Amino acid sequence: MTNPDTAPPRLYAAREPVFPRRVSGSFRTLKWWIMAVTLGIYYVTPWLRWDRGPALPDQAVLVDLAGRRFYFFMIEIWPHEFYFVAGLLIMAGLGLFLFTSALGRVWCGYACPQTVWTDLFITVERWIEGDRNAQVRLWNQKWTARKFRLRLAKWSLWLVIALATGGAWVFYFADAPTLMAGLVTGQAHPVAYTTVAVLTATTFAFGGFAREQICIYACPWPRIQAAMMDEDTITIGYRDWRGEPRGKHRKAEGAEKLGDCIDCNACVAVCPMGIDIRDGQQMACITCGLCIDACNDIMDRIGKPRELIGYLALSDERRERAGKPPKSVWSHVFRPRTMLYTVLWAGIGVGLVVALFLRTNLDLTISPVRNPTFVTLSDGSIRNAYELRIRNMHHDERSFTLGLRADGSLAMTLEGREGLTVSVPADELRIQRLYLTAAPGSALASGGRAAVEIWATDAEGRARTQVTTHFHGSAP
Amino acid sequence: MSTTDRKPRPGEPETTGHEWDGIEEYNNPLPAWWLWIFYATIAWSVVYTVLYPAWPLVQRATGGTLGWSTRADVAAEIARFEERNEPLFARLVAADLADIGADDELNRFAVSAGASVFRAQCSQCHGAGAGGVQASGFPNLLDNEWLWGGSIDDILLTVSHGIRNETDPDARYSQMPAFGEMLTAEEIEDIVAHVRRLSSQSHDAARAAAGETLYLDNCASCHGEAGEGDRAQGAPALDNAIWLYGGSEAAIRHTITYSRWGVMPAFADRLREAEIRAVALYVHQLGGGE
Repeated sequence: MTNPDTAPPRLYAAREPVFPRRVSGSFRTLKWWIMAVTLGIYYVTPWLRWDRGPALPDQAVLVDLAGRRFYFFMIEIWPHEFYFVAGLLIMAGLGLFLFTSALGRVWCGYACPQTVWTDLFITVERWIEGDRNAQVRLWNQKWTARKFRLRLAKWSLWLVIALATGGAWVFYFADAPTLMAGLVTGQAHPVAYTTVAVLTATTFAFGGFAREQICIYACPWPRIQAAMMDEDTITIGYRDWRGEPRGKHRKAEGAEKLGDCIDCNACVAVCPMGIDIRDGQQMACITCGLCIDACNDIMDRIGKPRELIGYLALSDERRERAGKPPKSVWSHVFRPRTMLYTVLWAGIGVGLVVALFLRTNLDLTISPVRNPTFVTLSDGSIRNAYELRIRNMHHDERSFTLGLRADGSLAMTLEGREGLTVSVPADELRIQRLYLTAAPGSALASGGRAAVEIWATDAEGRARTQVTTHFHGSAP
Repeated sequence: MSTTDRKPRPGEPETTGHEWDGIEEYNNPLPAWWLWIFYATIAWSVVYTVLYPAWPLVQRATGGTLGWSTRADVAAEIARFEERNEPLFARLVAADLADIGADDELNRFAVSAGASVFRAQCSQCHGAGAGGVQASGFPNLLDNEWLWGGSIDDILLTVSHGIRNETDPDARYSQMPAFGEMLTAEEIEDIVAHVRRLSSQSHDAARAAAGETLYLDNCASCHGEAGEGDRAQGAPALDNAIWLYGGSEAAIRHTITYSRWGVMPAFADRLREAEIRAVALYVHQLGGGE
């Protein structure tokens, strides 16, 4: 017995379908170029080859999860060098902060995969179904054979793009030509198929149907970015002091009192987010620049100056209202905040590059055997055992000679080997048991803990590294 | 809790009629999607209890029609790994242990397998680090002193048949007499001094001189004239710094008076040949191997 008057308010808002109109202009051209470059990088990269010799994969960019190795052109990252990846991620984060504080949501508007793929899907949609008006008509139409055919064509093309997107992703994790052959002939690993299927489904759903809802409801970045922006940030805005009061220009009396905005709704019709930029700064705006193109076109036609909608800094509003020109772009961009981000970003970048050039292709770690800390031998000498891990990151087998530095006399011997030379195969890790023995009655034998340095040099003396550990005498 | 039966005003959602300090409770229905998922989980729970082990009975639980069990899963996993290791175990049984260092892959596998056998079977007495228990009769396997020999074949024999046990006729066997019944307390004290002298420890020189003859008459046949020991009989060397039961005067006196009887079980009937070989290799590479 629900009374319509007492029915509770609905808590769910259905999606308002968005039919963005075709537009052309400088920002649209820029977006085409960025789309071509980013998609090109994504699809082509796994197919680039890079010769690393016969033992290693020849794929330029490869995340080898099974071999626990990451290849990026001439750079090879081992798992213990994961700080490079962490550093790159921090740089990516700081870079995002820098660009957001200087130029607003340029990442969202131009480079974000969600934006790029949605743009691509919208292009396909327009190609099949026609521009905005035709799409709206088709949307409102009953299901006819024509509507069904158009929808089927559109969805099929979307699915092909989605499949190519999900398909390209897995090529970064295995040899691309081999995996391609495997995928086509049904021989690939189930994980590859599952990954392709999941990414195809998400691309299809996100690019074709969810679109702006991902940006508004799913993505955390729009919620965070307000913290990066201030009134000096250059972002897209509507110059309401020029445009208002808006209205249809008539030759009749009173017409000259109106602003430049003729309320043609061109900016609204082209918006892929379905918003009205004239409402002011809003979370749903990804600053893609298409409303600028649309408005400039209209301004040209009615003979008014461009940039009614354009990139502006909010701090210039007062100057512009007073009819003065805005401050220069550079004076907005160079401010303590952006300089701080730049310094942090560049600092980490320089640090990573220096680390990349300083790293040796030899890694040594040592863990003293602590159970027991020392062993008394029959002649009363005291022996400590160590587990030495030698990682040879060269692409050929190398022999490493071990050396020792300690305050006092210690004899170094290796388990199962004559002499002090260990050979380690190419790209492998060897564990070697190592013994240090102090003569009976010597200071080290009867003492407590003493620092010891162990180093390894390769046969040609090209790589050398050392580790510090401790020797335990018999004193408690 | 107070309940007031207040009719909602027009345009206001229906309430349950409950009111706490002016706070009322809406009577909104559950969303349909939520309700249907809830019903689906109920249906699924019925299906699940049929397919999988679910209802507890007196002795055990219902098995489920799929016959799935975690134990069977674990057993299958273990079988899978054992099957994978089978070729390596076969190679280990066939290999010449003295020369195994040449086969790097097999050596690494054997040492890892031996380490796990050691932790399960040997660490109770010899310690997880194989350091034994000092001065308590559990030998340290890391040093260079061996009662019965430290070559890989000696270790293999000791692990297979054990020491002084009653289950394996091939066990290593020897027995030191308890001299408390044969010698006087004074004589034992003299031998203690001599044994301390053999191992270069502080001692009473006069007693040690007197003890030398007693030592040569009673002890030297097994422990050697200079205390060098005899591995054929498992007689420990007395001339060095390593003492299985301690090298103090009290410990040596106790050993001479009452003797010692260290026992190790035979593993030939407990472990597979490959496992015994693996653990022998593991012990051999801990630092004492000869």
